[in-house]
Amino acid sequence: MAELKPPILEVKNLSQHFTTGRGKKRLAVKAVDDVSFEVYTQETFGLVGESGCGKTTTGRTIIRLYDPTAGQVLFDGWDISRPMNKKLRRFLSDNIAMIFQDPIESLNPRMTIEEIVGEGLFVRGEQDKAKVRKLVYETLDLVGLTQEHATRYPHEFSGGQRQRVGIARAIIVKPKLIIADEPVSALDVSIQAQVINLLNDLKQELGLTILFVAHNLSVVKYFSDRIGVMYYGKMVEIANAADLYENPLHPYTRALLSAIPEPNPRYSISGNRVDYDPARDHDYSAEQPSMREVLPNHFVYCSQGEYERFKLKVSL
Amino acid sequence: MPTDSNDTILKVTDLTISFKAYGGMVQAVRGVSFDLKRGETVAIVGESGSGKSVTIKAIMGILPGNAVIEGGAIDYHGTDLTKLNEEGFHEIRGKRIGLIFQDPLSALNPIMKIGKQITEVLHLTKKLSTADAKTQAIELMRSVGIPEPERRFNQYPFQFSGGMRQRIVIAIALAGDPEILICDEPTTALDVTVQAKILDLINQIKKERNLSVIFIMHDLGVVANMAQRVNVMYAGKILESGTAEDVFFRPAHPYTWALLSSIPDMQTKEKLLAIPGTPPNMIHPPKGDAFAVRNKYALKLDFEREPPPIRISDTHWAATWLLHPKAPKVDMPEILRHRINRMTGGVV
Repeated sequence: MAELKPPILEVKNLSQHFTTGRGKKRLAVKAVDDVSFEVYTQETFGLVGESGCGKTTTGRTIIRLYDPTAGQVLFDGWDISRPMNKKLRRFLSDNIAMIFQDPIESLNPRMTIEEIVGEGLFVRGEQDKAKVRKLVYETLDLVGLTQEHATRYPHEFSGGQRQRVGIARAIIVKPKLIIADEPVSALDVSIQAQVINLLNDLKQELGLTILFVAHNLSVVKYFSDRIGVMYYGKMVEIANAADLYENPLHPYTRALLSAIPEPNPRYSISGNRVDYDPARDHDYSAEQPSMREVLPNHFVYCSQGEYERFKLKVSL
Repeated sequence: MPTDSNDTILKVTDLTISFKAYGGMVQAVRGVSFDLKRGETVAIVGESGSGKSVTIKAIMGILPGNAVIEGGAIDYHGTDLTKLNEEGFHEIRGKRIGLIFQDPLSALNPIMKIGKQITEVLHLTKKLSTADAKTQAIELMRSVGIPEPERRFNQYPFQFSGGMRQRIVIAIALAGDPEILICDEPTTALDVTVQAKILDLINQIKKERNLSVIFIMHDLGVVANMAQRVNVMYAGKILESGTAEDVFFRPAHPYTWALLSSIPDMQTKEKLLAIPGTPPNMIHPPKGDAFAVRNKYALKLDFEREPPPIRISDTHWAATWLLHPKAPKVDMPEILRHRINRMTGGVV
């Protein structure tokens, strides 16, 4: 089981606030607010939530596309949330790679596939063109493309193939961690399965650790070992994928799970749907909530009173 | 007008639409037939490029200029909509057939107040006075679940959330009191919790107003929950048609199998069956069954002759040679059979 392996990524009380305006008009958006979680070596950690909940920002802050407002991120024991310098930049780009949502926007239309996939190696100081080409071919092969594709431009590819190029670009530098930000949501249903299967195969073959950010719960559930559910910048529940599905404890997780359409005409969502209303579902007047372990490895963001209720519920 | 619940109010027969493009004629819709009965929801599912949106654009008379309707008919109360001119469509669009678009942000005018966008329709379709239109617009906003409609009436689209915007789009579609509502991927741009609420709303207004709904969707989970009848479309053709239970529990076309087994549900643990390859280029559609090249069950005949719709039951047909009495017996993929067993408890 993945739990036995040491954590490769530790996110501790991470906050990312964006501010607009100044003086009286100053407004802070707490995109990510005091979020903590760990990702273990060679596991897939799924991050779900609705749009605007901060799941993408969390991923982007980890790879330092943004500077975190507060908190600490440790990767392999290294603090990667400290002020940026050349050495850290190098460390990050050697170890963490990212796959983006939109395979059209994220590929430079004026570069060939070979240039796109090989660029990461040149940036790292590789001079030997023949060596890079060989690696590019090998990587393309790994993601199900062929050598002939190397000289073509992104517009010549279908959406699924472009996403394969995005994946090839990420894995060619042999990263330890891949942050996949909604890698399949822009693709057609028939193509989604190709990409999910490819990521699964690569994970096995290369021993990758994946932070999978997505809004489609069925896909996340299928793909992840553990799942973290986010709501308005807060992590509200973390558990094993199966555990989360069988024992959703936080009312938001329950609302989210109940809204998922099933390909089953005999099952009605409206009959089973629960709504989440923070004002109604929580009473935090007496005590502030915090992350508590209700079951082994199953954490819920709750107050002491709720904690006792959840405890009672899972013991039944 | 008869009000029998079984009567057909819209009948599409052999609709064929092509687009003029640089490379030649893109055959987007190739002989689509389906009908819509009063009070029911018919879904058309398919991937992007399968022709589902083009079909409904033809029904609404909003095909782009380079589209050519090459054949077929859309019969609506005795009028063939394919022959109707723009003047004629003014009587249909909004008044008889309403349309809900996919993206509620681009469907609304960003610099026009929400109220005005609803009353605009009321002025045009019902010739109401300004005061009456306002009362009715507020009533409509209330009926689609907008809180404080009096205050919201004077706000702009950017002040609304995605789900609320989609409710406004639904209110606009309902303003002309249509009898048919066409929903083109109405929840694709929304979060799943919001999606569930919008789907509830569509079902509720459908019941209240006795609407007939055409539901265009790529998400099979949503379709299973919304539609009574389902048409599966691929490369401009309907490949399988039946009741929701026919298509989800007794699927017969390999494409339907492939679609259903390529999506995980909450209990899926097996490896997904990916569909290899990509949809065909519709300038030169393949001979025979368009899905044959991606279909591991394809017979030799599939590459040569196009399979006709073969009847399975009174409500169910599929266009595949596998249903031919002489064809070899092929079972649906294991992963799909497991799922159907799990969902139905073996009682199909």
